[in-house]
Amino acid sequence: MCEAAGRCGGCGEAPVRRRAVPACSHPQPCVKCGDGPAAVVIRIGDAFCRSCFREYFVHKFRAMLGKNRVIFPGEKVLLALSGGMASSAMLRQVQEGLSRETAKRLRFVPGLIYIDEGAVCGQSLVQREQTLTRMEALLQETGFPYYLASLEQALELPGSVLRRGPGGNSEPSPSYKEAVEGFIQQQRQEEASGDGGTSPTGLSTQDGPTGDSHACLPTAALTEELLRLFDAAETLTAKEELLQMLRSHLLLHTARTQGYTKVMTGESCTRVAIKLLTNLALGRGAFLAVDTGFVDSRHGDVTVVRPMRDYTAKEIAFYNHFFGVPTIITPPLHAKRREKTSIHRLMENFLLGLQVDFPSTISTVYRTGEKLSVAPAEANSELQRCLLCLCALDIAGEEELALEPTLVKEETGNGAESRAAFIPLLCYSCRLTFKEMGPPDTLPPYVRTEAQRRNCRALMKQQIQEFLLEDDEEEPGGS
Amino acid sequence: ELLPLSVCKWKPGGAELLFDGVKKHQVTLPSQPEPWDIRNLLKWIKQNLLKERPELFMQGESVRPGILVLINDADWELMGELDYKLQDQDNVLFISTLHGG
Repeated sequence: MCEAAGRCGGCGEAPVRRRAVPACSHPQPCVKCGDGPAAVVIRIGDAFCRSCFREYFVHKFRAMLGKNRVIFPGEKVLLALSGGMASSAMLRQVQEGLSRETAKRLRFVPGLIYIDEGAVCGQSLVQREQTLTRMEALLQETGFPYYLASLEQALELPGSVLRRGPGGNSEPSPSYKEAVEGFIQQQRQEEASGDGGTSPTGLSTQDGPTGDSHACLPTAALTEELLRLFDAAETLTAKEELLQMLRSHLLLHTARTQGYTKVMTGESCTRVAIKLLTNLALGRGAFLAVDTGFVDSRHGDVTVVRPMRDYTAKEIAFYNHFFGVPTIITPPLHAKRREKTSIHRLMENFLLGLQVDFPSTISTVYRTGEKLSVAPAEANSELQRCLLCLCALDIAGEEELALEPTLVKEETGNGAESRAAFIPLLCYSCRLTFKEMGPPDTLPPYVRTEAQRRNCRALMKQQIQEFLLEDDEEEPGGS
Repeated sequence: ELLPLSVCKWKPGGAELLFDGVKKHQVTLPSQPEPWDIRNLLKWIKQNLLKERPELFMQGESVRPGILVLINDADWELMGELDYKLQDQDNVLFISTLHGG
């Protein structure tokens, strides 16, 4: 039996089965310092005391950011907070990291955003108001600028949110090291000249995406429209995908309009492992690296970063409990009784269940996922990116798709707004999700607008195709 | 014999919906010939405190995967999990890690 199976991830031996620790009245000593009583078991055999655990936890965050070097000093970073455990722990790590007085201080400028998804999670107006009030108090405590949004606002997004922004490849940007050195120099100059400068923790302005800072609910009409959209989705799986899509578009839009170049989301290692297998089942195998990796640059100008992806849900829960990290838990996506479960929940139950008897399950899935890398830069033309998820269109031979005949049949066809008009704009898995969503007129306006725009351009391009000069570098059919 | 007096607490969010919205239960377990361990405590909880949908909290004789158990603020893995023998005034805390983050 391979003792180190938990760490080597795939040596061909049978996985280590959990052996129950014999009950003993004397507390074990911490494996790290040998001093304090062990309080939590991190990996198989690693029992840490509270203070060693805290050190381990805090160090991991800084190591994650330091190793990857994508967040430049002075950069504006939007933290996406759900009130849940992982994103709350992430917020705490950012606060801790910024407050250090040493040269090792984190140097970026954070903003916070909370999206009220209460409408689709079955919360009443009163409950939503209560949650918002508590959340606002939490955000205000931090002193960082914050934004309170509601999922309903996704219905008012512009079509441009589905278009990739200018990427970082156009201008040569300074190397990370140069940027840090430049920043430190600038700070020294400011201090020397008596100019206090702005410390990241001193910002206290609060704005909303529309300029208001108070917790207020969207109009009933907008909520109704949102509920109609979700009710029209036939399966819980499609609803989950829809929710993630709207959330990510809203985050992106806020980041763009408020000048943030990075967005931090709180996916834990557990969440990443579940997402890896779920997305595989959803037909997103080609995009696993982007969907779950540390860096997600599909949007071009705004990069999504996942700094919590190395922490298990257990580590986060213990950290929050030991060190008083406040959380505001809201119910998950509302599922009607008659609905079957979603692929997401199925996969969660599967992995967590397996993890009980085989404690290296989650880490093995996660580590295998880490070996995936993002495909080299794809074509810039928007015609080759999925309308909804902005990943490269992975459909080569459309004739092979069994979906197509069934979709075309359902439509009496009014041309531009028929389902069939959307299909060529979507990647394989988005087509599957789309098939389970309601009729196109329930879709958010920005999706319909952008789809129309792209179809018009495609048509135009077709019409002038013969007059276009062939671009030799372009690969036929895209990557 | 001594009656173990335990305090069972639930971390807010999700799980307390199963327990009638009550976050903290102070329980006095009746004396019985079998020793009170976590295994028996869970059985007792299922019978006496769980209001609905027990499968959201328990699976078989243990807690559902994704629910953490802390005994006196320490990981139950350090105490023998289901075999841990409860002592007077012990504190048992359940934290759900499902649907969060």
